[in-house]
Amino acid sequence: MIGGHLPVLLVVLPLMAAPVCVVVRRPAWAWTVAALASWGAFVAALGLLLQVLEGGPISYPIGGWAAPWGIEYRLDLVGAFVAVIVSAIGGIVVPYARSSIEREVAADRIYLFYCMYLLCLAGLLGIAATGDAFNLFVFLEISALSSYVMIALAQDRRALTVAYRYLIMGTIGATFYLIGVGLMYMMTGTLNMADLAARLPEVAETRTILAALAFLTVGICLKLALFPLHLWLPNAYTYAPSVVTAFLAATATKVAVYVLIRVYFTIFANVDVFEAMFLREVLMALAVVAMLSASAIAVFQTNIKRMLAYSSLAQIGYMVLGMSFATLTGLTGGIIHLFNHALMKGALFMAMGCVVFRLQVASLDTIEGLGRRMPATMAAFVVGGLSLIGVPLTVGFVSKWTLVLAAIEANMWPIVVAIVGSSLLAIAYVWRVVETGFFRPTPEGAPAVAEAPLSMLIPTWLLAGACVWFGIDARTTLSVARQSAAFLLGSGP
Amino acid sequence: MNPATAILACIAVPVVGALLVTLTGRWPNVRESVTLLSAATLFALVLFLFRGVAAGARPEALVAEMMPGLSIAFAVEPLGMLFALVASFLWIVTSIYSIGYMRGHHEINQTRFYACFALALGSTMGVAFAGNLLTLFVFYEALTLSTYPLVIHSGTDEARRAGRLYLGMLLGTSIAFQLVAIIWTGWLAGTLTFTPGGILSGKASGATVAILLVLYVFGIAKAAVMPFHRWLPAAMVAPTPVSALLHAVAVVKAGVFAVLKITVYVFGLDAVREAASSEWLQYAAAATIVIASLVALTKDNLKARLAYSTVSQLSYIVLGAMLATTWGVVGGAIHLAAHAFGKITLFYCAGAIAVASHKTEVSQLRGIGRVMPLTTFAFFVGSLSVIGLPPLGGLWGKWFLALGALEADQAIMVAVLMASSLLNVAYLMPIPIRGFFARADGSAEGDKDPDRPPIAEAPIPCLVAISVSTLGCVALFFYAGPMFDLLRGAVVP
Repeated sequence: MIGGHLPVLLVVLPLMAAPVCVVVRRPAWAWTVAALASWGAFVAALGLLLQVLEGGPISYPIGGWAAPWGIEYRLDLVGAFVAVIVSAIGGIVVPYARSSIEREVAADRIYLFYCMYLLCLAGLLGIAATGDAFNLFVFLEISALSSYVMIALAQDRRALTVAYRYLIMGTIGATFYLIGVGLMYMMTGTLNMADLAARLPEVAETRTILAALAFLTVGICLKLALFPLHLWLPNAYTYAPSVVTAFLAATATKVAVYVLIRVYFTIFANVDVFEAMFLREVLMALAVVAMLSASAIAVFQTNIKRMLAYSSLAQIGYMVLGMSFATLTGLTGGIIHLFNHALMKGALFMAMGCVVFRLQVASLDTIEGLGRRMPATMAAFVVGGLSLIGVPLTVGFVSKWTLVLAAIEANMWPIVVAIVGSSLLAIAYVWRVVETGFFRPTPEGAPAVAEAPLSMLIPTWLLAGACVWFGIDARTTLSVARQSAAFLLGSGP
Repeated sequence: MNPATAILACIAVPVVGALLVTLTGRWPNVRESVTLLSAATLFALVLFLFRGVAAGARPEALVAEMMPGLSIAFAVEPLGMLFALVASFLWIVTSIYSIGYMRGHHEINQTRFYACFALALGSTMGVAFAGNLLTLFVFYEALTLSTYPLVIHSGTDEARRAGRLYLGMLLGTSIAFQLVAIIWTGWLAGTLTFTPGGILSGKASGATVAILLVLYVFGIAKAAVMPFHRWLPAAMVAPTPVSALLHAVAVVKAGVFAVLKITVYVFGLDAVREAASSEWLQYAAAATIVIASLVALTKDNLKARLAYSTVSQLSYIVLGAMLATTWGVVGGAIHLAAHAFGKITLFYCAGAIAVASHKTEVSQLRGIGRVMPLTTFAFFVGSLSVIGLPPLGGLWGKWFLALGALEADQAIMVAVLMASSLLNVAYLMPIPIRGFFARADGSAEGDKDPDRPPIAEAPIPCLVAISVSTLGCVALFFYAGPMFDLLRGAVVP
């Protein structure tokens, strides 16, 4: 009974909980509401994934209006997988947020954070669930607007400028997406994704659709911060409150990648976008440049949050690279890295959040010798860092294995070199932090700090542990990713 | 006991040992007992396995399946058995030595030292018993990471620089070349399991095999084939027990062992012999043998001289593998064991001299034989073994390697081996000879300092260890039979 309404429950639960936070106001109550809503969403997402694995894609007409006219929620394996990733990260971030937010956001605004966080969660889950191109735009804006507010909540005044800049860039991206959808609507008269997929081949050669594809690509790439449209991201991640950074880094860009996958492999499923329109060459080149240049820049950062932000840019390159192969192995690699990177970047940013909690700033100067004073936090960073490098028995290894395999299969040796090169750069930037944290003596007069509170450590270690767990046994995640890829490429169930 | 359980216990015992060492760090005597107990237990387990393997058994153990077709699995075969026997036996000896050295030298961070040492041994066992390429790679990387804290033990700037080089070169080459080669192999062969006769036969063209071979030999930088040898002399900043067991036995031998194992069980001897690149790799190994020996002549620092000697001797084994004849492989494996005993003796002596007299340079060692006769005599015996003279174990390795070279019609390699032996004489023999016969330098620093007690023999635990390893060199000459029988099982079908 309720199982049938899960697709909409997934979105409505956090969406309805958001105004409740504003009503109750008290931080503790707002936190409770947020926690219950995100855990509920996680349960719903998990239930959906199981349903999809068992019975194939689920279609849910909103308000009972049938598909091409009404809005359809359509959850296939990729969508359900992304929903699980997002809601799981959400469920882990909320307990962490409680202490962290108290330290980093003014007390009278804490309820606003929880409200915005829930809206953002609803938006991201909505993107994963919807089967309607315009409805996707709406959710994109919900999640984007709420994340601008979350970034601006930081007490650092620079966060305001950063949020403003992100707002401008994000709005351009969303507008481009909307223009693309509008052009497609003009030619086909439909907004439903499945419908669009069926009607696009007839008009695929027209200049309008080509323009639409270009607008969609550029718009979404702005959102997912693909080189050279990434300028908003490093500052936004650096100055946002730590929880916000952890949550956005682990979910928002992933969902944007998901939107790109949706556009190419669902909406344009019957049009050969990769071969005929040079998309492969363009995306692959940009992805490779992102992987190498962002990693190289990360090596020279002293603020660790900024370093991780640049590393995110490189990792986004991996995902786009996997997708641009448009082969089964390549797409599998892209999708699995979506999941794996959410785990490791979540763990890394949360570990740095613990450092910020105690020391206000996480930079190479402040963490000298910190491994002795905050061993659990720094150890979590090491696990995440090793994963970023792609050391075996961590999730990063699984991603890299799959991506290198895809490149070898496609006989693209320069790509293999690029993946390897980016990994080598990752050793350099991760090890700077590890060496400073563990193998330098504590400087004289360094503040005597204790370990971060358990409410922050446990979520951090949950993600760090998951990095290892899914690195040792990747069978489940790989099989879901592979089935998703097969479905998207039209060769699966 | 079940052999499969014994294999897993071989990995688990050192790891549990490391944990207990950390927990008992406050009571040095308990801590050292834990180390000795773990070492003894490990050796007992390895002996138990040896009895089965010598009788022809090939026990296996599966730990986990990471991805479909990729698993962490162990399988014991003769090469790995020999390596495990050598490493686990010498761990007991080195643990005794460490107690004398670390206390005599008043080293800092001793708990971290013993814990990482145990972890490194656990990784070594993983390398020795690896049942497939992936498992080998996992423990190869674990060995690098667990020995890093030992390299930078002293915490000085020089140590940190050395640590960076160590990590960068070992991790870098392993990801850049070895991992790519492994993924490529997996894609070509459809399996990564070590199989007698090789897994690539008939599945890869001649050119591919040639490239893969190069990727493996240089990707396994622990084998220190030039130009990827710089990390080894750099690692000599570590305390002497580390240089002795890890950088003359466990780490470097893990490298050459991996080369041997991949030659025999991935390519198959015939394929390597026919590969276009194997002859070039022989020349690379020969060049390393000669050049490293020449560099060793120029080094005044005793440990640096020994390190370059190790670089040279390691390439004997790589040469044996690249000759890809039965005698070449057997000779390489015997040299692996024989050189381990010889070189560890030399390092023990170098450390003993440093503890007792604080002398580290060759030029300071005139007359040292009068005050430290036992140590200097052991150094003399160890040198003879490394040179390869009877009645010491070092003879057999060179003997069979020369046979292997003749079998492969590479008479020039016999000349290289002979030239190298002469160079060994030139850089090793002057040390004990001057130690015994030259008059002590009156202006040595030690004599000026009235507070310093007169130089005496090294601490008792050090002398015990030195005696055991020296006797080992002799024993290997007289009892080479069982080792030879064991190894023949690996290469003669």
